[in-house]
Amino acid sequence: MVTRYQHLDADLARDLVAKAGLGDLWDKVEAGERLSFDDGVRLYETRHLAAVGLMANRVRVRKHGAKTYFNNNLHINYTNVCIYSCKFCAFAAKEGETRAYLMTPADVENKLREYADAPLTEVHMVAGIHPHMGYDYYLDIVRAAKRARPDVHVKAFTMVEIEHMLNISGKSEDEVFRDLREAGLGSCPGGGAEVLTDRVHKAVFFEKTGPDAWLATARKVQQHGFKMNATMLYGHIERTAERVEHLVKLRALQDECGGFMAFIPLAFWPYHTDLENFGHVTTGWMDLRNIAVSRLMLDNFEHIKAYWIMLTPQSAQTALQFGANDIDGTVTEEKITHDAGTSAPMSMRVGELQQLIREAGFTPVQRTTTYEEIGAGA
Amino acid sequence: MTATIADPKLLRNLADKVLAGHDLAPEEGLALYRGLDLPSLGLLADRVRQRLNPGDQVTYIIDRNLNPTNVCVTDCGFCAFYRSPGDAEAYVLPREVIYRKIDELIAQEGTQLLLQGGHHPALKTEWFAALFADIKKRYPQIWIHGMSPPEITHLAKLEKRSVRSVIEELHAAGLASIPGGGAEILVERVRKIIAPKKASTDEWLDVPRQAAALGLKCTATMMFGHVETDAERVEHLTRVRDLQAECAPFTAFIPWTYQPEHTQMAELVPHKATVAEYLRTLAFARVYLQNVPHLQASFVTQGMKTCQTGLGMGADDFGSVMLEENVVSSAGCSHPASVAEIERHIKDAGYTPQRRNMIYQPRPTPATDRFGRPPRQKAVVSASNPSSSASASASDS
Repeated sequence: MVTRYQHLDADLARDLVAKAGLGDLWDKVEAGERLSFDDGVRLYETRHLAAVGLMANRVRVRKHGAKTYFNNNLHINYTNVCIYSCKFCAFAAKEGETRAYLMTPADVENKLREYADAPLTEVHMVAGIHPHMGYDYYLDIVRAAKRARPDVHVKAFTMVEIEHMLNISGKSEDEVFRDLREAGLGSCPGGGAEVLTDRVHKAVFFEKTGPDAWLATARKVQQHGFKMNATMLYGHIERTAERVEHLVKLRALQDECGGFMAFIPLAFWPYHTDLENFGHVTTGWMDLRNIAVSRLMLDNFEHIKAYWIMLTPQSAQTALQFGANDIDGTVTEEKITHDAGTSAPMSMRVGELQQLIREAGFTPVQRTTTYEEIGAGA
Repeated sequence: MTATIADPKLLRNLADKVLAGHDLAPEEGLALYRGLDLPSLGLLADRVRQRLNPGDQVTYIIDRNLNPTNVCVTDCGFCAFYRSPGDAEAYVLPREVIYRKIDELIAQEGTQLLLQGGHHPALKTEWFAALFADIKKRYPQIWIHGMSPPEITHLAKLEKRSVRSVIEELHAAGLASIPGGGAEILVERVRKIIAPKKASTDEWLDVPRQAAALGLKCTATMMFGHVETDAERVEHLTRVRDLQAECAPFTAFIPWTYQPEHTQMAELVPHKATVAEYLRTLAFARVYLQNVPHLQASFVTQGMKTCQTGLGMGADDFGSVMLEENVVSSAGCSHPASVAEIERHIKDAGYTPQRRNMIYQPRPTPATDRFGRPPRQKAVVSASNPSSSASASASDS
């Protein structure tokens, strides 16, 4: 038996949300009006978490009904060698370190051939910025993936990698994106945004693509017809107002280009990073609040994803009732968050994902990378 | 698969009833429990919590779980802690070990001893009374919160005496209050499956009843997520609510989920209750059980994240620090937690941490920063003088 949970009666819910001090925000959200920066700060600061979740869940159900999306995907982190030393990263290594590795295009091809019979629809490839790999390397690993599995969508390269390619290619923007399309790139993941403010950039990832460059590169990607996601890495040094600033910047770019598919809040895991002594594992409120507030603030984003690798499957399930409508995929072989100590498992089977979604009172729907539905999700 | 959909009008009426402070009938409770989405149920619970426990405080207590013996004759299928009499790992703690544990508790600003254990076939009321008297003689400031109802029932049966006389003797020796463990699910069908040799529902409930008559306070618990139905969970809450209406023994209600690892019963339970299920049940307990003043979220069984989320769904108490918790950690569930982590999570949820005793009187609570650490004295701290910062953080008021 499946339970379809109901919203609380709207008049009564309005009354309770007002008693929690957020009645004006309820009115805006229900009227489809955009929330302001200050509204975002209030949503982050209220201690009435359920009131925020209730509003976000209403928006989520209005957009997607009971559908909750998942996909069948494989992660390939093709190298951990990186010229950057971001303080929140436990994955990056320098050349010569024993843990350093680099996959050749042939390695990527072989890795995908190991999954020749798996019902994958997507390969997700992100990695460090290797100091010696040239422009062609990036094209070659996309080609290698497509050679092994022509049917699989290649979602690869964060804005950090794209910016790097634009810089080292010696080619025009148009040529680079044409090359990527010809090689077989389908879309781009949303990583590398971290927190899109200058203070956080200077403090913890100053060497890498900053807020303006990330947004500028995302604009280029979208203007050249690629879809992409957007993320926010939270739970380290960022402040409430900075989270809201991040969301407002993404919302403005989405108004301009419309190429973002999903927003994915990423919970920071501190272990083995430079922030280990400073940092703490994110709290339950932070996790649910980022899901709920992003659902409410990002009115022009279709999807909010509860990325179970970082949230843990159990918290991701709760997040589905706080505004998230996507739980990501099977995520076989993820390395980056596991190096930073996530307590989530390495991968989940399709059946486990479906069970998680059903227990939260929703209907699992398998999707492609670009949110076309595959079957009924049975 | 068929989907059950509750009537929105009915849900509205039930919510109104809850907000007016009226008790729901069991079938009404069940409809609400399985009717509303989680944030809706959570917001109702939050509203009830704000009425019953207004203000910005979330309480907790520093205590230590002391299990004087793991010898037990009840063979409960959900328990990974107990050993049978004669087992190589069976123990009864000697006094010096107990005293050392209490010294450690006091050193960590602890105020309460949560003293529970197995149903030992030879240890009688007299043994426990002597233990309590010895503890109180050495440590008059320590609050002994001990002897869950099934332990007291066991003593009464073992010695063929009344429950009240057992409590009376223990109380006179220093027992201050009774923890609500061993309630599991207060429905006979369930108890016959999971704990057939332990106190029955009526026997369990009689202990807080007799304790109340003697002026002792108790807590009540519920262990769910095993073989019970939703209706049986509601029945459990109804039994607790009815007894509270009768004689008000309970200061707090504490639900937690069954931890299947290493227990005999694991095969009966295909997978353990999810976070969402825990939060739903916690929130429901707040709206259904309004005559019990406090609701505890349990980080020992649910983890810090989930426990903290519970503060937004009706819980007003973070439970106890439990410097040692043998029973749950034997079942593969260990969430190392320090006072700092508790304070950090309470503050992160927008509340002010407040230490308490068992009857919810405030206790001195040293100030901490937003990470729950003793605050540094900024005037003294400088980058060139790290040693002064260490001493400053130690000399917290």
